Amino acid sequence: MDANALKRCRELAKTIRRHCLQMVYKGKSGHIGSMLSTADIYPVLYTRILNVSPERMKDPARDRFLLSKGHGGAALLACLAELGYFPKEWLDQYYCDNGKLSGHISHHVPGVEFSSGSLGHGLPVACGMAMAAKQSGGTQRIFCMSSDGDLNEGSTWEAIMLAGQHHWDNLTMLVDYNRLQALGSSKDIIDLEPLCPKLEMFGWRAMEADGHDPQAIEAALSTLPLEAGRPSAVIFRTVKGKGVSFMENDYKWHYGGLTAELLEQALREVEAAQ
Amino acid sequence: MRKAFNQELLQIAEKDPRVFMILADIGYGEIEPFANRFPDRFINCGVAEQEMTGVACGVAMEGNIAITYSIANFPTIRCLEQVRNDVCYHNANVKIVIIGGGVSYGELGVSHHSTEDIAIMRALPNMVVLVPCDCKETRAATRAMMAYEGPVYFRCGYKNEPDIHEEDIDFRIGGSIQVREGHDATVFFAGPVGIHAKEAVDALVAEGIRCRLVSLHSIKPIDKEAIVRAARETGGIVVLEEHNICGGVGGAVAEVLMDEGCGNVPFRRLALPDLYVTKVGSQGWLQEQYGLGKAGVMAAVKSMLGRS
Repeated sequence: MDANALKRCRELAKTIRRHCLQMVYKGKSGHIGSMLSTADIYPVLYTRILNVSPERMKDPARDRFLLSKGHGGAALLACLAELGYFPKEWLDQYYCDNGKLSGHISHHVPGVEFSSGSLGHGLPVACGMAMAAKQSGGTQRIFCMSSDGDLNEGSTWEAIMLAGQHHWDNLTMLVDYNRLQALGSSKDIIDLEPLCPKLEMFGWRAMEADGHDPQAIEAALSTLPLEAGRPSAVIFRTVKGKGVSFMENDYKWHYGGLTAELLEQALREVEAAQ
Repeated sequence: MRKAFNQELLQIAEKDPRVFMILADIGYGEIEPFANRFPDRFINCGVAEQEMTGVACGVAMEGNIAITYSIANFPTIRCLEQVRNDVCYHNANVKIVIIGGGVSYGELGVSHHSTEDIAIMRALPNMVVLVPCDCKETRAATRAMMAYEGPVYFRCGYKNEPDIHEEDIDFRIGGSIQVREGHDATVFFAGPVGIHAKEAVDALVAEGIRCRLVSLHSIKPIDKEAIVRAARETGGIVVLEEHNICGGVGGAVAEVLMDEGCGNVPFRRLALPDLYVTKVGSQGWLQEQYGLGKAGVMAAVKSMLGRS
């Protein structure tokens, strides 16, 4: 990634964070911590990795991205709006009466492949898309973003077993692995560690990467599959609430709401960041 | 009926390369021809119905027609949220087929009784609900289902069901099929339990009671016109189904009657009571136990008409 691309990814991440904070404040909604932890991944994914564009939303050859942790969907929506999938003004109509955008992502929004919000739904559907692509000979790749909570769901593990069994190497699972979930530390609720070896034992090739470093994100996703004949998993080490000091690594910001003062402070910190 | 469905599906899949079969390790003795003929359009997901339903949704979203197929409640209630959020909300072209509607698997116990399925499936937006009654209807319903674009719940019987229809049938989603004409009352039925309605209606002729007999195979959308005509042209309505009395076929018919201003028509529902069927026995025996046999239908018609 050259300096210009790096700058663009960082700027887009900053813009996504700003949008998320304003959307959550205006909508008096929650899940800001889960949005901020993914904000550095989407710019790399959508500008450097995925074969997608707003002009080709129905192109059968496009890559598919499914967000299984739909509660953090505002970050994806902000990214899609910035890249021209729908008007940016829609972001002002998030989580409100007669709104354009719901708190959990919906496929009725241009660029969103799949609606989610209840965890454990994304990966099985991604498996179906991977199977269909293998059957038709399609070259599209299927990506699904999971999370700590999403990996608590049995249905996610059903799909992990199936994908390994069938060697769907056109499938990549990204994990926003911030180690926190709604009521506390994942370590104290369902400790997924060691996650990479678990996935490998199920027939996947898995690696970890820094989920806040654009270059590390690109490096992890630029040579997929990680191994031919196996589905890939990239576990992004992330920080819940990343970019806002009082939110970082505090599970209370899974649901927490923003006051005008906190919003101002948060926006200042995001603005000041590199 | 199970065999009729699988044979018909195989024929359709020969002509339509979009047809996929997505299983959860159920179907022994029936699905092998499809699996052998179309290995790249067949997958056994293992005993994992949530994932099966998600996979079917993903396959369908890529322009295919995905069948999930299992017995009793496994592809419906076991994975209800996948059916709702993935299949129905996305209006994905997934066909959910169960073998063994009602108490077909009577002796196996409550886990294998599909007795709330119609109420639950018909409450889902975008879902079509079909309940064929014999092999002829099963074949026609399979063809109609596969030609329809969108989610369908198909409640199939099990095996050795007697034929109810004697003539060729005109099966349309949202329609119904009249089996006997009469004006004293109408007996609507859904599914193979309808054989008892037919026996009852035929036996009532000897007592001077001529009933209209109608297979209400399509629960959603439902044939409002046939229901309203029955209310206006005949002396009362009996609905027979092998399902909990809450929210099933009788409930669906009652909704139409009230909505269409026919609320004063004499009306009886014959269904399983609102309980788990803990009695152990065969389908036929259980039907008799809960008044869903020939005698139960005859008694309901006569009591409704004040002829008992």
